[in-house]
Amino acid sequence: MSKFLARRLVTRCFSSRPLHVCIVGSGPAGFYTADKLLKAHEGARIDIIDRLPTPYGLVRSGVAPDHPETKIAINQFSRVAQHERCAFYGNVKLGSDLSLSELRDLYHVKHGLFRLYLHMVLKVTKILAFQSLGGVFSAREFVWWYNGHPDYSSLKPDLKSSDTAVILGQGNVALDVARIFLRPTTELASTDIATHALSALEESSIRKVYLVGRRGPVQAALTAKELREILGIKNLHIRIKETDLSVTPADEEEMKSSRARKRIYELLSKAAAAAKGTSEGDCGQRELHFVFFRQPERFLESDESKGHVSGVNLEKTILESVGSGKQIAVGTGEFEDINCSMVLKAIGYKSVPVNGLPFDHKKGIVPNVRGRVVSGDISQTEPGLYVCGWLKRGPVGIIATNLYCAEETVGSISQDIEEEGVGKGEKEGSKGLMQLLEKKEVKMVGSSGWEKIDAKEKQMGIDRNKPREKLVTWEDLLAAASADS
Amino acid sequence: MLFHRLSRLGSRIVKQLPRERHFSVCGMRVLQRSYGHYLQSSAAVLQRQSGTFQHAFFSNNHYLCTSFSTASGDSGEETEKINVIFVDKDGEEIHIKVPVGMNILEAAHENDIELEGACECSLACSTCHVIVMDTEYYNKLEEPTDEENDMLDLAFGLTETSRLGCQVIAKPELDGIRLAIPSATRNFAVDGFVPKPH
Repeated sequence: MSKFLARRLVTRCFSSRPLHVCIVGSGPAGFYTADKLLKAHEGARIDIIDRLPTPYGLVRSGVAPDHPETKIAINQFSRVAQHERCAFYGNVKLGSDLSLSELRDLYHVKHGLFRLYLHMVLKVTKILAFQSLGGVFSAREFVWWYNGHPDYSSLKPDLKSSDTAVILGQGNVALDVARIFLRPTTELASTDIATHALSALEESSIRKVYLVGRRGPVQAALTAKELREILGIKNLHIRIKETDLSVTPADEEEMKSSRARKRIYELLSKAAAAAKGTSEGDCGQRELHFVFFRQPERFLESDESKGHVSGVNLEKTILESVGSGKQIAVGTGEFEDINCSMVLKAIGYKSVPVNGLPFDHKKGIVPNVRGRVVSGDISQTEPGLYVCGWLKRGPVGIIATNLYCAEETVGSISQDIEEEGVGKGEKEGSKGLMQLLEKKEVKMVGSSGWEKIDAKEKQMGIDRNKPREKLVTWEDLLAAASADS
Repeated sequence: MLFHRLSRLGSRIVKQLPRERHFSVCGMRVLQRSYGHYLQSSAAVLQRQSGTFQHAFFSNNHYLCTSFSTASGDSGEETEKINVIFVDKDGEEIHIKVPVGMNILEAAHENDIELEGACECSLACSTCHVIVMDTEYYNKLEEPTDEENDMLDLAFGLTETSRLGCQVIAKPELDGIRLAIPSATRNFAVDGFVPKPH
């Protein structure tokens, strides 16, 4: 025990000169990085900036309302924000309020952790990406709508045109959205779902949800916990085609190398077997259809209401091995339609570049080596510039993935401090940032402003038997942040 | 300050809970059980606080994530403790004593061992992943539930003898157990391990 402590003391002695760090983005990647930096360097002074006045990124705006235990990580983030060497600056946007070069002038280390987004880019057909029909949304927009993100509170999706919604994709985001459609609204009423969404869902006529994946059950991107959860929803009928469950030797190999995949396949098989005995098409019953081996070709436009979607045209696929155990979907030239009035695209994410930051458009990430930003060819490191989270790895993983991602990036930072002289020289850090923001008249929302928003949401929640009632417009958020206590 | 009083109240509650009861408390759930008037009144008070009360209540980075059980007929004796050896990412050994009935994650935190617990024992993450170094000890543990297995599936550096620390409860047969904390960085970059899709 004493040897352990001694080593930590030694490390601290060497890292106690002031190190001014700016972290852009206050989601899990941002907070885990801040946490590890504070522990590794006694002299680290960290400013976390975020475009929104509320911190926590996707933990607040992405995690489904019926998954409160996943949001517990906020407790740890909140402790980091309260640290004396850490400060939160909300309502500060990189690009418009501040430029990257201004930040580099103020700080020794600048950390890009933000997960910026573009529209869903489908890898399969380009036509789909450009078709804009009413009723077609990216899952991100829909999730932000029901989670009360201020940019999407006025989305107003039409949930009353028909009884069917199609979700393209079979990852956990697709499952989240399906669950929100299909869960009894009485269960949603006591979560922190935005009230405008709850009202819309209470009047929704959606009863059938199709989850469409271009490959098979063995390749589905969802995870067991979420699958188990949705299969267990009361009075929900599951539909899976038995023929979709037949496995090839290549599938067997994939399952052998991943116990997660094997468990998921078994859950789906059991669900299909259980569903065999139940009756089809009872009026008004809620149904969840798992559709495998179908890739979207194009959206169908309604004849009665022009400009609105009426269905999806799908191409049947088969799997082809491409080496190293991987199988991809290949179109067969056979097509079929599913009629619906709503389509949600939940097939992936891409970041957008920021002025001054190198960007790999193909992968949608900032090129980096273990978190160190590189430009041009891989040997050209940008001093003092680092990435963590989805901007570094692509949009994969769970909240905890950022823990390890942060560990790696902070490891690189520590090494650069010792070996490359990062952290030398005078920088203004927070003081300079405050002056700059004042000069530009940016109304920053600090920790105390966020605490006022937090308290108000919780107070409003008590009245409605919810953990919180989110403030969903920019005006309300900024007003609450600057209210007199 | 109210927060300080509440955290002291919290630790008093835990120490005074009846010894012959077996219970497990985790985070906010402790407030929903009616163990004496302390909890009933504090529950009402805490409900009205702003969100930061939670971290003040669980002060010093030790959150309340406790499971206790006392052997029947042991009243008046000290709770039995077992020896647990943690092996950290650098191969360093840390020897600690853990009271029977406590979960390994809480024991790690009480001894300042860096084992993350993002979801505070809710079986909603895998950050408290530990590797039982000897198969003999692994076999002495209860089988993981489906819920634990689902989370273990997503753990980094998963092995045949991996478990979630918050689900491993100290018992006499585990005296001398050695638990390795997986090195995420090693698995993350070098092995080319790709995190499971979101």
